[in-house]
Amino acid sequence: MAQLDAAETAGPGLGRLWTDERARGLLFQILVVLGLALFVAFIVSNTIANLQRAGLASGFGFLTDQAFFDINQKLIEYSSTSTFGRALIVGILNTILVSVMGVIAATLFGFSAGIIRLSPNWLLSRLVGAYVEITRNIPVLLQIIFWWSVLTGLPKVRDSLGLGDVMFLNNRGIRLPAPLLESGFEWVFAAFVIGVIATVLTSRWARKRQSLTGQTFPVGSIGLALIIGLPIIVYWIAGSPVGWDIPTPKRFNFQGGFNVTPELVALWFALSSYTGAFISEIVRAGILSVSKGQTEAASALGLRPRQTMRLVIIPQAMRVIIPPLTSQYLNLTKNSSLAIAIGYQDLVSIGGTILNQSGQALEVVGIWMVIYLSLSLLMSSFMNWYNKHIALVER
Amino acid sequence: MTVQPFHRSQADLLPERAAPAATVGIVGWLSQNLFSSWANTAFSLISLYLLWLIIPTVISWAFIDANLAGDDRFACNGAGACWAWLDQRINQFLYGFYPSDQTWRVDIALVLLVPALAPLLFDGVPYARYLRWFSLAYPVIATFLLIGGFGLEGVSTHKFGGFMLNVTVGLAGIVLSLPIGIVLALGRRSRLPIIRMLSIGFIELVRGVPLITLLFVSNIILPIFLPPDVTFDALVRVIIMVSAFSSAYMAEVIRGGLQAIPRGQYEAAQALGLRYWQSMGLIILPQALKISIPGIVNTFIGLFKDTTLVIIIGLFDILGIGNAMVSNPDWLGLATEAYVFVALFFFITCFSMSRYSLHLEKRLDTEERR
Repeated sequence: MAQLDAAETAGPGLGRLWTDERARGLLFQILVVLGLALFVAFIVSNTIANLQRAGLASGFGFLTDQAFFDINQKLIEYSSTSTFGRALIVGILNTILVSVMGVIAATLFGFSAGIIRLSPNWLLSRLVGAYVEITRNIPVLLQIIFWWSVLTGLPKVRDSLGLGDVMFLNNRGIRLPAPLLESGFEWVFAAFVIGVIATVLTSRWARKRQSLTGQTFPVGSIGLALIIGLPIIVYWIAGSPVGWDIPTPKRFNFQGGFNVTPELVALWFALSSYTGAFISEIVRAGILSVSKGQTEAASALGLRPRQTMRLVIIPQAMRVIIPPLTSQYLNLTKNSSLAIAIGYQDLVSIGGTILNQSGQALEVVGIWMVIYLSLSLLMSSFMNWYNKHIALVER
Repeated sequence: MTVQPFHRSQADLLPERAAPAATVGIVGWLSQNLFSSWANTAFSLISLYLLWLIIPTVISWAFIDANLAGDDRFACNGAGACWAWLDQRINQFLYGFYPSDQTWRVDIALVLLVPALAPLLFDGVPYARYLRWFSLAYPVIATFLLIGGFGLEGVSTHKFGGFMLNVTVGLAGIVLSLPIGIVLALGRRSRLPIIRMLSIGFIELVRGVPLITLLFVSNIILPIFLPPDVTFDALVRVIIMVSAFSSAYMAEVIRGGLQAIPRGQYEAAQALGLRYWQSMGLIILPQALKISIPGIVNTFIGLFKDTTLVIIIGLFDILGIGNAMVSNPDWLGLATEAYVFVALFFFITCFSMSRYSLHLEKRLDTEERR
């Protein structure tokens, strides 16, 4: 009504732009678009002028140029004769490596710490609480640098700390025995895949049977036996096709095994304990959000405490936990860019080196943003899918 | 057989007995909280053992065996922590390279922060109505105090450093990001499609990338985007980027608050004939902001911890000063001492802020229930 009146009393002409809500909205949006276009034009013209003056060619041609720097942390073949493009891929893989390791460790740490904080044991819950409060109130960058300084402060290679003569700790990192896959290992892997598929099928069948007849089936223990037991049996049958390359101390360095750099360990540990502290709070809040009536109703139905936890509390708590958990995973991935402070060669760090060598600032920053945005998008769409999968189906 | 009537007078009642000794007092508390079952007892003993390992070690390292005096690391015997550098370096950790005869200005700015923040954070502050005007004026006053002007000696922002730089960037970031965040949150819920798309685009772009890349943008890309004769102060660039970054997070927090306001409030405002800005400013935002305060404080804690990232583009905040000291030949290898000292500053500030936000959450919760 008010809108009609305004349109009628304003009459035709310019006055209507101010009194009619829709016209005003349109005008406002046109002004914003114009302003934005002017701003972008200003930036683009400046950029073109600045690049011309600096004699820089824009474009992504530099990605095929030779990179003259070395990378010590690499998952794929790379040397200083490789291209900038390949160096960037090494960086992306390193970012993904530390993010995936961090997400797994942070989830394990966060869920256990969150559950322990709810334990009836006063001392234990306080102890974990103190650790969580300390970790999450100190900047993660400081923690990364601190752990890195601790690890690089370890004894030199000659005085490595040995753990049972197979693992060695020194200021160049941790040297672990490397598994050597011999022929026949593919059978073990195949057994693992078969175990996973069989478990999925069994759980589907068991669910169907339970909803039809009410009979339960121990999917958990059978599945565990299939996934772990089957590969172990095949491993023995195939004649233990895994050898171990155990590091042996030589005069200046170790021979054999593989080395995990202190940068990776420090970054991984700091990121996962920092994010884990936040996750523990989320888990605690999620479990507390399930009302006590649910527990009471479950025990009235005759469920045991463990069943109550697994079938009643956790499924409901997960609905509260998943959305903030997603943003913690994203934060961890983004925080992995702090690697540059200790020289772990992730996407940002390698990009920075490329930027210094080639001077292609716009392109490198563009690549950073596109890759981080796609990682975020990928992760959040997966978590959204999972969230929808477990969401409450309401009438 | 006669049925005894079940009548008893007060006098017939047996006297009350005390609760079993195992359920009251210290013993009761212990047996219920620490030793209620075998598993619990084991956990308690393990925890006690851990505490027994950690606490005496830390105390003797930090205090009992520590060395307090000396001019370099050789003055310390290495049995415990070496705090000898505190005497020489504490001013650098606090004020960076701010001229030492002018540091009182930083102190005054910090002291003035208390009356500026009090009316915003707590209820029942005396003269709150007048103090709020002071809160509004505080950013201007603090800027003059720190940079100079009006008879105060000018201090270049290159000299800013140490914890004072963290606090400056953090406070400037929150002061700027709150209004930008409000505008973005309103834009995201706007009915105008272009405004909504632009707001969503900005928020998601900024939230999708790490702060470091934005700081690199401020350092490397901004000079390319601007005419050659225009240059920005490094500190100003950092503050712009940090505020842009946290305004996107702020917008999401405030959007949550806006969504929590029942539809009836929007409709009532419309029914009263209020225009968009009137209804937002008078009805919706006061309520939405109030319930978002805990989230805003949490965003601020994140922002404050992120101020340490300025070391990556070469500014010397408290962590940068710590790094510099650790690599100085006089104090080489005192990494643990330096980083523990820096961590203490952040822990105290961030922990008290998170306690405050918890307290607010509890208060808001009871208000709703009532």
